[in-house]
Amino acid sequence: MPDYSLKIRRYNPESGQPAYWQQFDVDLAGCSCQAAICGSCGVRINGMSRLACNTKLGEAAEDAPNGAIVVEPMGNMPVLKDLIVDMDAVHWKKVQRVVPWLLPEGDPPDREYIVDPESMIDITQSMACIHCGACVSACLSMEVDPEFIGPAALAKAYRFVGDPRDAFTEDRLLDLAEDPHGIYDCTHCFACIEVCPKDVAPMNQIMRLRRRATSDYGIKDGNNGYGHEKAFSDLIEKYGLLSEAQLLPKSYGDGSLIRAQVKPAALKELTAKLPTVIRGLRSGKVSPKTALIHRKLKDQDQIRRMYKEVESHEDRLELNLYIVGDSDAEEEGTMAEGGQEG
Amino acid sequence: MLAHDVLVIGAGLAGQRAALAAAEDGAAVGILSKVHPVRSHSNAAQGGINAALNPEDSWESHAYDTVKGSDYLGDQDAIEIMCREAPAEILALEHLGVTFHRNEQGRLGTRAFGGASAARTYYVADITGQAILHVLYEQLMKHSEVYRYEEWFTTSLVRDGDGHIVGCVARNIRDGAMELFAAKCVILACGGNGQIYNPTTNALICTGDGIAMAYRIGAPLMDMEMVQYHPTTLAGNGLLVTEGARGEGAHLYNAQGERFMEKYAPNKMELASRDVVSRAEQTEINEGRGFPDGTVALDITKVPRKRIHEALREIVNVGRDFAGVDITREPIHIKPGNHYTMGGVKTDVDGRTDIPGLYAAGEVACVSVHGGNRLGANSLLDTLVFGRRSGKHAAEHARNHKLPQVSNTVVDDEERGIREIVGRDSGNGRRVAQIREELGRVMDEHVAVFRDEDGLLKAGETVQRLKEEARNVTIDDKGTVFNQDLLGAIELGFMLDNAECVVVAALERKESRGAQFRTDYPERDDDDWLKHIDLSLDGDRPAVTYSEVTLTQWEPEERKY
Ligand SMILES: Cc1cc2nc3c(=O)[nH]c(=O)nc-3n(C[C@H](O)[C@H](O)[C@H](O)COP(=O)(O)OP(=O)(O)OC[C@H]3O[C@@H](n4cnc5c(N)ncnc54)[C@H](O)[C@@H]3O)c2cc1C
Ligand code: SF4
Ligand code: SF4
Ligand code: FES
Repeated sequence: MPDYSLKIRRYNPESGQPAYWQQFDVDLAGCSCQAAICGSCGVRINGMSRLACNTKLGEAAEDAPNGAIVVEPMGNMPVLKDLIVDMDAVHWKKVQRVVPWLLPEGDPPDREYIVDPESMIDITQSMACIHCGACVSACLSMEVDPEFIGPAALAKAYRFVGDPRDAFTEDRLLDLAEDPHGIYDCTHCFACIEVCPKDVAPMNQIMRLRRRATSDYGIKDGNNGYGHEKAFSDLIEKYGLLSEAQLLPKSYGDGSLIRAQVKPAALKELTAKLPTVIRGLRSGKVSPKTALIHRKLKDQDQIRRMYKEVESHEDRLELNLYIVGDSDAEEEGTMAEGGQEG
Repeated sequence: MLAHDVLVIGAGLAGQRAALAAAEDGAAVGILSKVHPVRSHSNAAQGGINAALNPEDSWESHAYDTVKGSDYLGDQDAIEIMCREAPAEILALEHLGVTFHRNEQGRLGTRAFGGASAARTYYVADITGQAILHVLYEQLMKHSEVYRYEEWFTTSLVRDGDGHIVGCVARNIRDGAMELFAAKCVILACGGNGQIYNPTTNALICTGDGIAMAYRIGAPLMDMEMVQYHPTTLAGNGLLVTEGARGEGAHLYNAQGERFMEKYAPNKMELASRDVVSRAEQTEINEGRGFPDGTVALDITKVPRKRIHEALREIVNVGRDFAGVDITREPIHIKPGNHYTMGGVKTDVDGRTDIPGLYAAGEVACVSVHGGNRLGANSLLDTLVFGRRSGKHAAEHARNHKLPQVSNTVVDDEERGIREIVGRDSGNGRRVAQIREELGRVMDEHVAVFRDEDGLLKAGETVQRLKEEARNVTIDDKGTVFNQDLLGAIELGFMLDNAECVVVAALERKESRGAQFRTDYPERDDDDWLKHIDLSLDGDRPAVTYSEVTLTQWEPEERKY
C-alpha cells in the first residue's frame, strides 16, 4: 500500500493548548468494525463528512489540496479530543427529542402485527441509520440554527411516523411541525443525502414527514411552513426552478442515493420526493433532458418512458428507493450506476 | 462509589436484553459499555434469527438441528429451552418495533439458513442485528430507570471474602476516572474474542474482555477450543458475506468450476453446517483447487437481482466497497475466516456462573447451546433468550440480597496497574499493535480449521512469549481523556488469556468434533470425548477438568448433511 500524507487536526483538552495540525504519512485506521457498520469513525476528510473506514485513501488523495489529505473532526458538534466529537451533546439529544420508541395502541396481538410488507421495507431505510453523525456534521441548517432537530433525528422520527404499528402518527407530526426547529427548518440543501454512507437519505424522510403532515393530516403549523412550502411550489409551477432541478441528477444520478436502475419505479420516487421539480417539468420550464439526464443515463427512450409513467399516476407515491429493482428489472444498458462515495 | 441491584457489563443484544428484563422485574439496573451501545458488535449480524414460529415447523425440529449442528456437544436441556422460547422472543421483539421482513400476507416471513431443516430464519433486510439492537436501545432510552454508562471500560470484576461477586472497577473513557461499581449481581455480556485471530469478521472491540475478567477471578470457562470459522469471508480483511447469500441460493465453486459441495454434503450442499462447509473449502484450497489468492468462489448471480437488492443489500456494498466486485454480476472470492466464539464463561440455563451473583449471557457465555459448532442465526437467539433469563434471574437474586460493602482499595490496585503501564519508557517494549498482529497470525495459522499437535504446541509457545512481551508493552498516549492506547494495552492482556485457553483446550481434545478438526485425531470419539473441557485459573495457567454433556432426547449419531 502506498504511503499517503494525512494532515490531521489534533486537539488535547488536557494540554491547555489550542488545536493544531499535524502531518502523518500513515494508513488511516478505522475505529471498530472497519466495515461501515458501527458508525464510530465519522470524520471530515477534505471537508467532506464521511466514515474513515470506507474512505479509499487513493481517491481521497486525488482531491486533496496540495496532496495532503485533510482530516478533521465532524462539524456541528463540540470536539472532545483530536477527531472525537461529543455526539451525546448533540446527536443523541436530538434523537431523544423525537420520542424514539414505538407507541402502539393497547395490548399487542397474540401473534405479530399484520402490516403491509412495503411499509416495513419503507421504514427500514431509516432503520439503516448507523448514527455516525455525518449528516449532522454536514447539515447547513444545523450550522445556522443549532437547535434544529436535524437530519438523523428526523429520519428516526419518520421510522415511527411511517410505522403502521405506531398509534401516535398525528401527534408526532403535529409536534414536529410546530417546533420552530422541526421539519420546516430544513433548507433542502441535499448535504445529508450526499454524505450518508447508508443511503438513509434523511432529507427525503423529512420531505415525507412534511407531506404526511400537510396532505394526510392538514396540519398547518405555527411556523407557516405549510404556507411557505405551498408558495414555493406554486412559484416553481409557474416559473420552474432550474437550479433546484439540476440538483436532482447530481444527487441521484451520481449514485449517492440510488445506485441502481433508474426506471419507472425509481422515477415514481423522484416525483414523490420532489414534486416541485416535476411540476417544473410539467410546466415545460424545465425540460426532462436538463433536469434528469445524467451523463451515465444516455437512453432517451428510457427517460420518455419514465416521464410517461409519472404522468400516468394520479396518486402520491411513497415508495422509497432504499431497496431497488423490480421484477421487470432493466437491462444493463439502462443502469444509472455510479460508485457511491466510499 | 456507584451502586445498582443488577450491573450489566456490555450493551450488545445480550446486555440490553438482560438490562430490560431485570428492570421490568423491578431491579435498579446499571448498564456499562466500552462503546456506545449501538456500536456494539451485535449490529454486524446480517443474516437473521432462528425460531420455529410457523405452525408447520416445531421447536423439536429446531432443537434437533441445533444438537446435530453442535456435533452433539451442545447441552440438550439448554437447547430445548432456547428453541422452545424462540417464537415468543421473536414476537416480543416484533411488538417492540423490530421491522421484520413480511410475506405477502403481511405476516413475518422467513429465509433459509445453513444446517436447518426448515426455513425458520427471521430477518430485517440484511441488518437484522442492527435493527434489533436499535429497537432495544429505543427501549433503553424509554426506560430511564435503566442507568446507562456509555463509554465506560471495565477493567476487573470484584469478589468479596466469601467468593460472592460484589461489583467491578471501570474507567470512564471520557476523563479517565476510575470508579468502583457495587452491585448485588453482575451480568457479563461482553461478547466474543474474535480479535485474537487475524483476519476475523469481528470488530476491533471483540477482545474477549468478559471471558478473561471472569477467568481471572476464578470462573470456569468451557468449550474454549470451539472457534467457528465462517465459510464465506473476504480474503485479507476478513469481512463477512452473510450465510443469507447461500440461504438465498448462491453456490460455491472451486477454481476448476466444480460445485465441490456435491462431494462433501450431497444433500444439504452449500447449506450444510458451517464447520462442514469451511472444511470442504479449506480442503479444496489445500489440495490446489482454489484460486491463487487462497480462495474459492461464491456465485450470487444465481439469485434474482431484485431479491439481492432487497435482501442482501449490505453485501452488495461490502463487495463493491471492500472487494471491488459487483456481486450481482460476478462471483466473489471467499475463504473460511474466524467468526464466532462457541466457548466462554460456563453458565447454567439461567446464566449463572460458578461464582455466586455472577451471570454471563451472549457470546461471552457458554451455556452450551452451540457445542462444537453454532448454526447460523442461532447466536442472536442465544443472546436474547439467555440475556432475558439472566436478567430475570438476577433481578430475583437482587430482591433477596443486600447491597454489599466494597472497599475502595480495589480501585487503588487498578489505578496502580494503570500508572505502571503509562509510566513505562516508550523506547523499550514492543507496541500493542505488533503483538496483536503476531498473535492473530499465529492463531490463524495453527488454531484454525485444521489443527494438529505440532502446530498447537507452536502456537502455545508463541502465546507464552507474547504474554511475556505484553508485560512490557509500551504506549504513546499518557493522558486521561480518551486514552485508547491504554485501553488497547489492557485489552491485549485479555486477548492473550483468551488465546492461551483456546490453545490449551484444543491440545487437550484429542478427537475431531465440530469446529475442532485434529488431523492427528481425525475421528469423533464419543467414548472418550463426549464431554466438555472446563478451564479454571490455577496459579497463572489454566487447569483442565471435564464436565458432562447433558443429553435429553437425542443420542449421538453420525453427522451427515
Ligand atoms: C459479521 C457478523 C455477522 C453475524 N451474523 C449473525 C447472524 O446473522 N445471526 C446470528 O444469530 N448471529 C450472527 N453473528 C453473531 C452475533 O452477532 C454475535 O454473536 C452476537 O451479536 C453477540 O452479542 P453479544 O451481546 O453477546 O455481544 P456484543 O454485541 O459483541 O456486545 C458486547 C458488549 O460488551 C461491551 N464490552 C466488551 N468489553 C467490555 C469492557 N471491558 N468494558 C465494558 N464493556 C465492554 C461492548 O461495548 C459491547 O457493548 C454475527 C457475527 C458477526 C461478527
Ligand atoms: S437537506 Fe435539510 S436536513 Fe439535510 S443537510 Fe440540508 S438542511 Fe440539513
Ligand atoms: S442518517 Fe446517514 S449520515 Fe446520518 S447519522 Fe444516520 S447513517 Fe450517518
Ligand atoms: S469503523 Fe465502524 S463504521 Fe467505520
